[in-house]
Amino acid sequence: MVSNSDGYLNMELLRFTTAGSVDDGKSTLIGRLLYDSKSIFQDQMEAIEKASIAKGEEHVNLALLTDGLRAEREQGITIDVAYRYFATPKRKFIIADTPGHIQYTRNMVTGASTAHLAIILIDARKGIVEQTRRHSFIASLLQIPHLIICINKMDLVDYDQEVFDEIRQEFKGFASKLEIQDIRFVPISALNGDNVVDRSKNMDWHEGPTLMYLLETIHIGSDRNHVDCRFPVQSVIRPQSAEHPDYRGYAGRIAGGVFKTGDEVMVLPSGFTSTIEAIDTFNGEVKEAFAPMSVTIRLEDEIDISRGDMIVRANNKPEVGQDLDMMICWLSEKALVPNGKYGIRHTTKDARCIIKEVRYKVDINKLHRIEDYKEVKLNDIARITVRTTAPLFYDSYRRNRITGSVILIDEATNETVAAGLIR
Amino acid sequence: MISTYNLNHLRELEAESIYVIREVAAQFEKPGLLFSGGKDSICIAHLARKAFYPAHMPFPLVHIDTGHNFQETLDFRDSFVKEIGANLIVRSVQDSIDQGRATEEKGTNASRNMLQTVTLLDAIEELQLDACLGGARRDEEKARAKERFFSHRDEFGQWDPKNQRAELWNLFNGRKNMGEHFRIFPISNWTEMDVWQYILLENLEMPSIYFSHKRNIINRSGLLLSDSAFLNKKDGELPEEMTVRFRTIGDMTCTGAVESTAVTVADVIEEVAAARETERGTRADDKRTEAAMEDRKKEGYF
Repeated sequence: MVSNSDGYLNMELLRFTTAGSVDDGKSTLIGRLLYDSKSIFQDQMEAIEKASIAKGEEHVNLALLTDGLRAEREQGITIDVAYRYFATPKRKFIIADTPGHIQYTRNMVTGASTAHLAIILIDARKGIVEQTRRHSFIASLLQIPHLIICINKMDLVDYDQEVFDEIRQEFKGFASKLEIQDIRFVPISALNGDNVVDRSKNMDWHEGPTLMYLLETIHIGSDRNHVDCRFPVQSVIRPQSAEHPDYRGYAGRIAGGVFKTGDEVMVLPSGFTSTIEAIDTFNGEVKEAFAPMSVTIRLEDEIDISRGDMIVRANNKPEVGQDLDMMICWLSEKALVPNGKYGIRHTTKDARCIIKEVRYKVDINKLHRIEDYKEVKLNDIARITVRTTAPLFYDSYRRNRITGSVILIDEATNETVAAGLIR
Repeated sequence: MISTYNLNHLRELEAESIYVIREVAAQFEKPGLLFSGGKDSICIAHLARKAFYPAHMPFPLVHIDTGHNFQETLDFRDSFVKEIGANLIVRSVQDSIDQGRATEEKGTNASRNMLQTVTLLDAIEELQLDACLGGARRDEEKARAKERFFSHRDEFGQWDPKNQRAELWNLFNGRKNMGEHFRIFPISNWTEMDVWQYILLENLEMPSIYFSHKRNIINRSGLLLSDSAFLNKKDGELPEEMTVRFRTIGDMTCTGAVESTAVTVADVIEEVAAARETERGTRADDKRTEAAMEDRKKEGYF
């Protein structure tokens, strides 16, 4: 067993999101992944069997596995992002299952924000629909590195290769306008399990891998930024104890790059430079640290550093400024107030900002700009500029998802009202 | 394959949890760590220790004591607290009952599980806690699958699952009005398997009842409850000695055991890998209705 657990201890973690439109079988697909990877337990299966029979349904409704809230079960819809977990001998997976209809943008953006990969489902009978475009655009906007297009319900089109090829061609044409590096296509039947975990006997013509094989093998090792050193300081560790009377360390999670003992670093906003004396963890000092590690950095010189400051390399600094140009997804029922003031949070820094301009909204179905009607409402995506009360140390979202993202907060209700991606 | 600059999943989960715990210390004035003596809260306490090392964790452990605990858990709690040098605050359900703020349930399925909510909310008010760290995991239960890391509670301690704040990237919004508080779940993304693997990796001590032992058991339609003075027995229910362990630790009256011969952490991992039931399958408190957890959570349960 020890050797087995050694293997388990060395698994990679893949976070992915699933998106689809109403009734395209997304919940069934997730149920299938969990079921075929033996991640559904007997008591869960019994509970949904019981619920399916009570509702008078013919098949065991695997969707009931993911719809956790009372209101969701009653209405037969998914309201909120649900997180699901499963593991195979190769990887551990976290699924952010995002509902397709209610508050679709808000939910999908939430699920996509931490994902390495997105699965988008297309109903083979219907082909590419408005929601397919919308989801693909959001995956591209949120810079999800990998996209898997599952053309589902192949059983209902007689497993016809031509249907698959046509949809694939059409999607490729559309996707050329997007920024997604890696797109794969798999013909599946989630209901029957074709090409989900096991290779389909009904689609010999499909030479590519199954969905599960892709999930287990897609290379995610290069998705993080290990080039630009960014360490947003979360807090200052000062034990002031008899054992450690003079200890002063800066706690945080590395947002980019590789930090090493002995590195020359610069602290923002002060601009003072120093050298990394040590990188501490509870388990002992480490020689180097990289994203997404949580560590404590000690510097050789005593410099005034506090939460919200950032440790970087002098020869590779982020942008420093108060005027931000960004794409936002509006998440609130209350529309954006032009020239309004909002709280803004960026890495570990809190500030306030004023909306200077709404430059345009994006029609995410047709992928073009709307410049004549600029009211930004729930689920809208827009390009805006803001001015912040204090300088932020940022990169473009494209370069670094952590130092390139912000949230806007309504100062009266404390709600998170917008997700911002810095250009 | 793990490349040079890649963490394995346990270290990545650990880094995420430490980040969350540090955010709590930075964003709130008076956090507390809800500590039951179970494996999940032991893991969080360990992570909190790591997060602030070499300083002490800047918040107390808070135990909501039902008075129906396994003695082994209490013994473990006290030695654990001593070892890590933490500050422990205990508030008891018995006091809430004595003060007339909570009423004991009646009948054979009576449990103090529900009553904990009263004691917990009173403790939050008394101690003026503005954030409570807890060990709930999204894989445990379907209502918990919808939880945020930073979960807002209104002035009545209620959770509004249909109207939760959006939580994007790792930007946690802990802003609130007076009287409101947050529940924080640093190990949201961990599974039961991850927890046990982490216990193995970090060589953490666990209460003995997580491992196989002999115990007098009341078999109540398949639910294996420990025989104790707290359990209201039905006519004809007789204890029998069985070799068992517990997968979760809660109130003695609603936490079922599983038959097991697992004596080491590695044995437990092997057992969890082969398990056909979820860990909360042994919890009578979840089985009351299909949405039992959601209903309790809305009112302020853990």
